[in-house]
Amino acid sequence: MAVHQLSAEELAEKVSVGVPDSLDTTSINTAENVIWVKSSKVADVASFMKSDVGLDFNFLNSITAIDYINHFEIVYHLTSIDKEHTAIIKTRLDGREELSLPSVYHLWRGADFQEREIWDLMGIGFSGHPNLKRIMLWEGFDGHPLRKDYL
Amino acid sequence: MPIHTEPMTVNIGPQHPSTHGVFRLRVTFDGEEILEVEPIFGYLHRGTEKLAEERNYTQIVTLTDRLDYVSSMINNQAYCLAVEELLGVEVPQRAKYLRTLTAELQRVASHLMGIGFFLQDLGTLGTPLMYGFRSREKILDLFEMLCGARITLSYMRPGGVFFDAPDDFWPALDQFLEDFDIEFEELERLILENEIVMVRTRGVSVLPLDLAINASVSGPTLRASGSDWDWRKKAPYDAYDRMDFEVPTATGGDNYDRFWVRMQEIRQSIRIVRQCVEQIEPGATRAEVPLILRPKPGTESYGRVEASKGELAFYVVSDGGISPYRMKVRSPSLINLTVTEHLLVGWKLSDMIVTLGSLDINMGEVDR
Repeated sequence: MAVHQLSAEELAEKVSVGVPDSLDTTSINTAENVIWVKSSKVADVASFMKSDVGLDFNFLNSITAIDYINHFEIVYHLTSIDKEHTAIIKTRLDGREELSLPSVYHLWRGADFQEREIWDLMGIGFSGHPNLKRIMLWEGFDGHPLRKDYL
Repeated sequence: MPIHTEPMTVNIGPQHPSTHGVFRLRVTFDGEEILEVEPIFGYLHRGTEKLAEERNYTQIVTLTDRLDYVSSMINNQAYCLAVEELLGVEVPQRAKYLRTLTAELQRVASHLMGIGFFLQDLGTLGTPLMYGFRSREKILDLFEMLCGARITLSYMRPGGVFFDAPDDFWPALDQFLEDFDIEFEELERLILENEIVMVRTRGVSVLPLDLAINASVSGPTLRASGSDWDWRKKAPYDAYDRMDFEVPTATGGDNYDRFWVRMQEIRQSIRIVRQCVEQIEPGATRAEVPLILRPKPGTESYGRVEASKGELAFYVVSDGGISPYRMKVRSPSLINLTVTEHLLVGWKLSDMIVTLGSLDINMGEVDR
């Protein structure tokens, strides 16, 4: 059986029960089957999605940050190796200075380098990450080059 | 009187033959035993993701060549799949077969290099490496017939492949397959059950399955720890849904198993190549797509393939312009390095070199 992507409705229903008041209903879905989560609840939702028996997302594919000038969007691609399904969750951070998200390092070790990379290139911090420092560039480098206003 | 030891911190690399590129390990030793490891990289960081924001969708194909530069075909494939999903383009059948065929040849070439350098790190001083290079050279010759390039291929384009294979490609491929069986058997006989290889690699640097999954490890490294996760099977792309092949797995998770899984995958890749040759039919090799592509604003796609190193994905977001608004590369080499510390602590310096070889990383892809 091929891997399938969970629909946004199915996912939203389970997450809203598992972690009350965690969904962000103000953001608009531009892509299909994406659920939006409040930035302060990211780690809670991730923890629920990992531990819930029906969802069982044990594999973190990737974390991406996108700079939209007025806000940043952070995208998590998840897969369940045992249940053979995938999901995408997104969150947004308003503003450009002193941005921070709860880290998912303690849930998935795979977040280690990816969160460091986002800090390095996009300038978004992750609270709870044990070793948050630059990864591609050197300490002392000025700025975060993947931001749209860098170049 | 007891002899006291003192921990010593040593930098291995960034310029060191065993680091497979410019990669540095800051290691604290007690004698020869490793106490702490910190991988340090970024020396080859070229800002591929930033560069992609300044180039149009067709031009980016050439950037993908330079990620994992020993498996350009598969990089092209992942990127093209992402862009095609973005545009909703249907790729012609013949192009799908040509892509599957070339991607599998590339996997063989990449694994031969991975295995060759792994054995080189073990101290085999060239012989198995040159056995691997002998066959890889012939694959590069085939690629040269297809697109004129040997390493940075850019053979695949959004919508299909750039050219159909020339007529003399098919007899050359048949000849290669015939020779390869003999050559690969020689390599297998030489190293697969070699006593020194076994003693040096069995039970060394074991990666348990639960940690592998938790640390997002993918590809042969994950499959050597007992999972059969392979995107070619789990979410078939191009012509993989019509291919009959097995996914080799091992359960030990040690250096030997990672090496063994790659050896078996080469056999399976050759099986897929043969099936492509049998099944391919004449037809168009590229969908009608313009040179300048403009996907709809707000669309995004996550094009992923099972690359030779693991799950390679391009996450492309469009704002309606001629360049992606954001292109993220999910690099398997980088993420597989997450487990370095776990694999190395407690082992000796000589094992460290071998373990690094068994992970088969490529710095072009780690640093991007």
